[in-house]
Amino acid sequence: MLAMNYRGPYRVRTEQRPMPEILHPEDAIVRVTRTCICGSDLHLYHGMVPDTRVGSTFGHEFIGIIEEVGPLVTNVKIGDQVLVPFNIACGKCNFCKQGLYGNCHESNSMATAVGGIFGYSHTAGGYNGGQAEYVRVPYANFGPTVIPADMDPDDAVLLTDVVPTGYQAAEMGGIKEGDTVVVFGAGPIGIMAARCAWFFGAARVIIIDHIEYRLEFAKNYAKCEAYNFKSMADPVVFLKKTTDWYGADVCIDCVGCEAEGNALQTFTGKVTLMQAGAATALQWAINSVKKGGIVSVVGVYGPPFNYVPIGNILNKGITLRANQASVKRLLPKLIDHVQTGRLNPKGLITHRVPLEEISDAYHIFSSKLDECIKTVLIPSAKH
Amino acid sequence: MKNEKTDYKNIPGWGMDIDPGNEPTYPMKNYTGDDHKRSVYERSNQQHADVEILKSNERPALSAVLGNTVPPSGISGMIRRYAFKHSEDRYRHWIPLILADRVNVVEGIIEDLSRGIIPNIFAESGIRAAIRHNPKGLLKKVIITSVVAGVILYALKKKK
Ligand SMILES: NC(=O)c1ccc[n+]([C@@H]2O[C@H](COP(=O)([O-])OP(=O)(O)OC[C@H]3O[C@@H](n4cnc5c(N)ncnc54)[C@H](O)[C@@H]3O)[C@@H](O)[C@H]2O)c1
Ligand SMILES: [Zn+2]
Ligand SMILES: [Zn+2]
Repeated sequence: MLAMNYRGPYRVRTEQRPMPEILHPEDAIVRVTRTCICGSDLHLYHGMVPDTRVGSTFGHEFIGIIEEVGPLVTNVKIGDQVLVPFNIACGKCNFCKQGLYGNCHESNSMATAVGGIFGYSHTAGGYNGGQAEYVRVPYANFGPTVIPADMDPDDAVLLTDVVPTGYQAAEMGGIKEGDTVVVFGAGPIGIMAARCAWFFGAARVIIIDHIEYRLEFAKNYAKCEAYNFKSMADPVVFLKKTTDWYGADVCIDCVGCEAEGNALQTFTGKVTLMQAGAATALQWAINSVKKGGIVSVVGVYGPPFNYVPIGNILNKGITLRANQASVKRLLPKLIDHVQTGRLNPKGLITHRVPLEEISDAYHIFSSKLDECIKTVLIPSAKH
Repeated sequence: MKNEKTDYKNIPGWGMDIDPGNEPTYPMKNYTGDDHKRSVYERSNQQHADVEILKSNERPALSAVLGNTVPPSGISGMIRRYAFKHSEDRYRHWIPLILADRVNVVEGIIEDLSRGIIPNIFAESGIRAAIRHNPKGLLKKVIITSVVAGVILYALKKKK
């Protein structure tokens, strides 16, 4: 089968590889029909996630058709069209029981700080991902969810990560009616978080980035205000001023460890690797939220640590909430938002590329070329 | 960029998910108290480890399912085995892993060559897309790289 193959930072290609096999009685094999490139994949692509082994196949956002099931699989059957949450979760451990499906205790032997994730380095369990024609899906009784018959596959594939992550980012903000919400990052996740903030009753939603075409897109898609931090002398002062010198009620970090905009963060985080990437957006979020405000973090940071103003969290009494999205938990609600037309996930897709052209697709998404927001890869349909 | 005031109450779905009971919200939303049972819960069958799995020393045993891709091998594998002797709290875990990743890139090129593949590094890094969508940026990179290389070569020559 054709699959993506990571060869080192900024180098990926496709090649023929052995078919995945059932390794556990609750496994399924899925034939992938659509898969995306995510901002999270860029951390791998840029070589920033420790234990990313050469020869790995990435891809944690995919949908497809059940091709084979292990003897204990009862919840899905061969031929079902399924969307597969990016978290590998058993559904039974004490973390899963509390809805913490991104923190499953039985899916990652290699690190305790994160649950298993498809195609996301050995730090997230060493599983192959879905940027391939076929993929092994563990815990097939729990994760894979049959796609409603009337749902567009392009909407379905975005329900594996982008929509739940954006929604959870807003949810963790504990937004109250009338709140002003600031979202850092106008990538797919930030745009979705800004859109979802309205569901919780926000009265003002502001998105911050430095890429003009993304700000324009975000403004239209999420019906929010959009500002370019490159045109501000100081983003924190700008945000204080625009909130009557009070601070935002809720700040959301949808950027993570590859942030730009602060020379010291960039130098220590991206040039010299003295911290796990640049925590610029998180720093801005902490410093522009109101006293007693809430900072919600879905942007990804690597081990071992980052430089963040923890003293200000203390002195301002900030509540900090963060996690990987718990996809399965949110699916019923989000499928409803999509089916009733309140959410239009596929509106984020700007690029559709055959799997074979993966090297170019990564380059375009990574360098933010060709007005790219979200890329879908399509494995050939000849099987 | 011009920003106009939005009539936000007309945005489809506005306010639908307002819920005063959302506090405390996720991750504490569905707290059941099961945490006090620690690692006692119904567990799936143990997957047989058919390749070498490096296990975090912050847990007593393997998880029920395992990723079995790209087991440690070569020099990078030796470095990774060393890293896993130390907990996720230690630099001795993460710094060697980053080092192993870099060594692994060289091993990957040797592996390619040994299979008769000459890795097309330009194609792998998406040069076609760069030519099509960002020729100026590419040209700038080429010029900067050649100038830097030229200066280094010149300096080396002069030293001789
Ligand atoms: N928690 C989760 O479950 C989860 C799931 C998916 C993605 N993520 C993470 O969310 C983040 C965003 O993902 P994405 O797909 O939208 O990525 P992306 O790379 O497309 O978007 C990131 C955006 O942030 C902008 N940016 C850079 N520095 C900034 C700054 N200082 N302030 C504001 N904006 C800045 C970039 O220009 C870019 O547009 C990534 O870190 C990704 O790993 C988390
Ligand atoms: Zn993703
Ligand atoms: Zn679990």
